[in-house]
Order: sequence, then structure tokens, then C-alpha cells
Amino acid sequence: MSGLRAWLLQRLSALYMGVYLLLFMLHMLTDAPADYQAWRDSLANPWVALAMLLFFASLLIHAWVGIRDVIIDYVQWPALRLFKLALTGLVLVACGLWVLDILFAVME
Amino acid sequence: MANNNNRPVFLNLFRIHLPVTAVLSLAHRGTGVLLFLFIPVLIYLLGLSLESPEGFARVRSLVELPIWRSVLILIAWFLAHHLFAGIRYLLIDADIGVEAAASRRGAWVVLIAGVLVMLITAVVLL
Repeated sequence: MSGLRAWLLQRLSALYMGVYLLLFMLHMLTDAPADYQAWRDSLANPWVALAMLLFFASLLIHAWVGIRDVIIDYVQWPALRLFKLALTGLVLVACGLWVLDILFAVME
Repeated sequence: MANNNNRPVFLNLFRIHLPVTAVLSLAHRGTGVLLFLFIPVLIYLLGLSLESPEGFARVRSLVELPIWRSVLILIAWFLAHHLFAGIRYLLIDADIGVEAAASRRGAWVVLIAGVLVMLITAVVLL
């Protein structure tokens, strides 16, 4: 992923995260879940879970584009650069699977 | 590349004066990398809060530990700074605040707004 597509994805993911965070914080300030059950029930709603899943998808894509840029700018040695890029990708994919695991467990 | 002229080479960081817009650009990267490192922690806390009533209570009580309080205040600052700086870049993409003076003014607004969010978070949590 590079060039215009990375540039566009960075902005679209930023916009989604900005709107999601604003709504999430408003919700937490006005109608925060009182206890564990209420918190779990709110995420058992597939739409709420989907909105959160999209937030994490945006976060991981945004992080990938950003960290990739930083690594390409500062890590000059090709083998080390490839290693750091692969490591970052692996960490982000693992994070994505972890979020899926958490959210699917709630919906069961 | 051999340096065979007599021009002074200034690599003393205390003598290189970065304009505020450059400071902002660096801080946007720096906060981005720090927020990236926080992603696994965030997911861990999400999982813990949804795992059991005890986990939920543990996540809630984290705010009472001074170390976590400090972490949260710092994260709020990094996130606010990164978000505001990002909005400034989006506005610049849309041709708003591109001129040197407006761009510098925007950079100061972002820096100050980020610090304000940190202070508000600190007041709320302490």
C-alpha cells in the first residue's frame, strides 16, 4: 500500500476515528454503562460492535501507514527496514485478530 | 560526501532553531509512534473489561493508581495533540491556513489546545 491510496486511507481512517471518538466520549459522559452487564450488553448489539470494529480497523490501518512512513524515513539499512516493517505488520495483524476474538466472544 | 569548503557545519541541536510548524510536524510523528505503542494496552484493557465483572472493576479502578493516572494524562495529551495537529493538516489539504502566518498561528493553537486537554484531564482525574 503506497502513494495516493495510503494518503487517502490515512485521512479516511482519521476522519472515522475522530467522529467515533467524539461520539464515544459523549456517550461516556452522558450515559456511561453503570456496570459490567450494561457494558457487555451494549457491545452485544451488532451495530455497536461493528462501529467499534471499524474503529479498530481504522486505527490499525492508520498505524500501519504512519509507522511505515517513519520506518522508511529513518531506517536506511534494507534488511533492518524489512525486518521492522514485517514486525510492525505482524503486531498490527495480531492486534486485529485479538479485537475480533474479544468482540466475537461478547456476541456469543 | 567530502566537506571541502569552509562553510560552518551546525549540527548542535541547541543552535538549530526549528520553526513552530516544524516542531508540530515532529511532535505529530512522535505522538503517533507513542500512540501506536499504546494500541496493545488499549486492546488488553478492552478485553479485560468485557471478560468478567472482576475485570470490569479492575479496569475502572486503574484510574486510582497514580502510575496509571499519569499514563492516562499523558495519553490524553498525545491523543489530543495528534488529533488537533491532524485536523490542522486536513484544513491545510483543503487550502485553509496555508499562508506562513496563518500556518504558524494554527500550529500555536494546536500546541496550546493539546496542553489544555492534558490539564483538563489532569484536573478531572486528580
